[in-house]
Amino acid sequence: MAAPSSTRIEQLGYLWTDERLRGIAFQVLAVAGLALFFAFIIWNTAANLKHAGLASGYGFLLDPASFDINQRLIDYTSTSSYGRAFLVGGLNTVLVAALGIAAATFIGFVVGLMRLSTNFLVSRIATVYVELTRNVPLLLQIIFWWVVILALPRVRDSISVADVVFLNNRGIRMPQPIFEDAFQFILALFVAGCIGTFVLARWARKRHDLTGRTFPVGWSAIGLIFGLPALSTLFVGLPVDLDIPLLGRFNFEGGFNVTPELIALWLALSLYTGAFISEVVRSGILAVDKGQIEAARAVGLPPGLRTRKIILPQALRVIIPPLTNQYLNLTKNSSLAVVIGYQDIVSIGETVLNQSGQALEVISIYMAFYLTLSLLTSVLMNWYNKRTALVRER
Amino acid sequence: MFFRDQSEMLPERPAPITEVGVIGWLRINLFSSYGNAALTLVSLALLVLIIPPFVSWGLIDAQFSGDSGAACSGIGACWAWLDQRLGQFFYGFYPADAHWRVNVTALLLVPALLYVLVDNLPGAKFGRWFSYVYPLLAAYLLVGGFGLEVISTDKFGGFMLNMVVGLTGIVLSLPVGILLALGRQSRLPVIRLLSITFIEAVRGVPLITLLFVAIVLLQLFLPPEVSLDQLLRVIIMVTLFASAYMAEVVRGGLQAIPKGQIEGAQAVGLGYWQTMRLIVLPQALRISIPGIVNTFIGLFKDTTLVIIIGLFDLLGHARLLQTNPDWIGDVDHEAYLFSAAVFFVICFLMSRYSVSLEKQLSQDRH
Repeated sequence: MAAPSSTRIEQLGYLWTDERLRGIAFQVLAVAGLALFFAFIIWNTAANLKHAGLASGYGFLLDPASFDINQRLIDYTSTSSYGRAFLVGGLNTVLVAALGIAAATFIGFVVGLMRLSTNFLVSRIATVYVELTRNVPLLLQIIFWWVVILALPRVRDSISVADVVFLNNRGIRMPQPIFEDAFQFILALFVAGCIGTFVLARWARKRHDLTGRTFPVGWSAIGLIFGLPALSTLFVGLPVDLDIPLLGRFNFEGGFNVTPELIALWLALSLYTGAFISEVVRSGILAVDKGQIEAARAVGLPPGLRTRKIILPQALRVIIPPLTNQYLNLTKNSSLAVVIGYQDIVSIGETVLNQSGQALEVISIYMAFYLTLSLLTSVLMNWYNKRTALVRER
Repeated sequence: MFFRDQSEMLPERPAPITEVGVIGWLRINLFSSYGNAALTLVSLALLVLIIPPFVSWGLIDAQFSGDSGAACSGIGACWAWLDQRLGQFFYGFYPADAHWRVNVTALLLVPALLYVLVDNLPGAKFGRWFSYVYPLLAAYLLVGGFGLEVISTDKFGGFMLNMVVGLTGIVLSLPVGILLALGRQSRLPVIRLLSITFIEAVRGVPLITLLFVAIVLLQLFLPPEVSLDQLLRVIIMVTLFASAYMAEVVRGGLQAIPKGQIEGAQAVGLGYWQTMRLIVLPQALRISIPGIVNTFIGLFKDTTLVIIIGLFDLLGHARLLQTNPDWIGDVDHEAYLFSAAVFFVICFLMSRYSVSLEKQLSQDRH
């Protein structure tokens, strides 16, 4: 007879071979290790902060920022709070991201189609563009375009486009539209047109599903959305004035100025991401089964309908997920703005950090901001994926 | 009779001149329709507008010698700085009498990479070991110690810094990424949750915020006695950043492995780690190589971000040159074009390699 203690040890050994228990033990260990790691960091941080005499917490966001921001979408003065400065920065990030996404999508689709062109020269030019922009660091491109714009002529020798838009080393001066009261009426018509189109499209689709009869939704949409407001201007006149920039003694007066930083960042981001999007578009279109196109041809669909009803819906399903990824990349990459001094959230945060010393808080705001954007995008993408999946089942 | 008695074959006639040869190629590829012809003409006009002026600016009218920007006329490009500055662009402020150490490290990189990436090389067994030891050897050569003069890492700079940060980041992120990918696929819920949280959190923020963490927060997290080298801090954050992306690449590879492989391994009595190490990972990593190369290209381009935290890589030295009083105003575009060319050559070659690998892999599978 073996001693009871040794059997107990043997039994403990068997416990180790039980996969479930081993799994639990492993997870408990992982959590404990992580907790220790964080405790270590927090303990050190608390000690270091205390040693440096720094207060922690987000109370500083209410303190006056006392620095200027010249690129802003909302009211801000140097007496505004740090919190408001962050808001201005966040909006600037969203601004350049939105502009960049629009331009990059356009470039991406055009270049993607160019690369698929049967025209040798066109497809080669597109390939050279894609390879050149994809294989050079974005940061380098941002600085490059910035330097190019700063090398433009001085204000006095601005390059003028039809005497309304002026290019110089302080950016682009553009006429500013001034909306009169009657414009609200046109805006209301425009919104009504959009809603009308939406309702019409739903009705037309339903009727098409039931009876097979088609309705020219596209033409009626143009009529509703643009035609109606355009027609109304015949009666009320165009209620928009243009404030055209005029060269004053030192600078332009009137109009509004787009800063070199915004232009450089926007150009670089759109060109860089556009190249990646063109690859996404190309592979999406190539992913459509050749038989689909041949079948569409066989039932006699004209080329326009073939693209719109057969190729695009199937290509888009492949294109959208990586496309959203590129949009996210563009948004994250807009943080490189800090190098040329475009006042996005990172750049403003850096100023706040230098002034207030609240490193932990500032960086946590960065991360929360970008994570929220990422999360929002992926929620949107999942919604779209679900929608297209439904279409597939029908 | 109008009909000729035809008892033998007519001689073969050549294909019409409009279908073959140069003219045929032009017709098919450039002028197949009116629209295409118009596109061709527009493209040609574009090329004529861009290329000849660029060539005459960059080469024909360019100035290649001189001590300062004053030597340059301003009509053509100013390449006069290449002579004095090329060393800095590649070695940073690394002492000139120790440049050989960087060169040897770079030379040894070739066999170290080849033995990892190419099969059936002579002496493969020894070669693999060399590849594994190479990182230590490289660190020894670059930093020094044990008989070599110690060179502090703040002397690292130029293109060499891009290589050091990029390569170290990718090499270190591979094991971390593999563990994270396995964690994400794990059946243990806590491990899975932790892995997903880490991967998604890191992928959701820009690298620049992590670099800020490296510069202003890392020191706060550690006891005051511990002081990490700045380059080391950057490498730590770059590694964490890259490992999240690496994990997703490896996950793609893991998902491509048929379930039968795992079941087979279990049937012959292999445990989890044995299954992964001997059966799943060798196949999954093989499929992942193109993705890993792509991650590396991305990371390599991102190494230029170190200028934001005050290190001087290739781009940093281009900026130093552009703002140097001797050259200011004369090399605004040249300095950046040169750096762009260096990055382009390296990244383009790597992306070609990755594409060819992908083609080869998809052929192997069919």
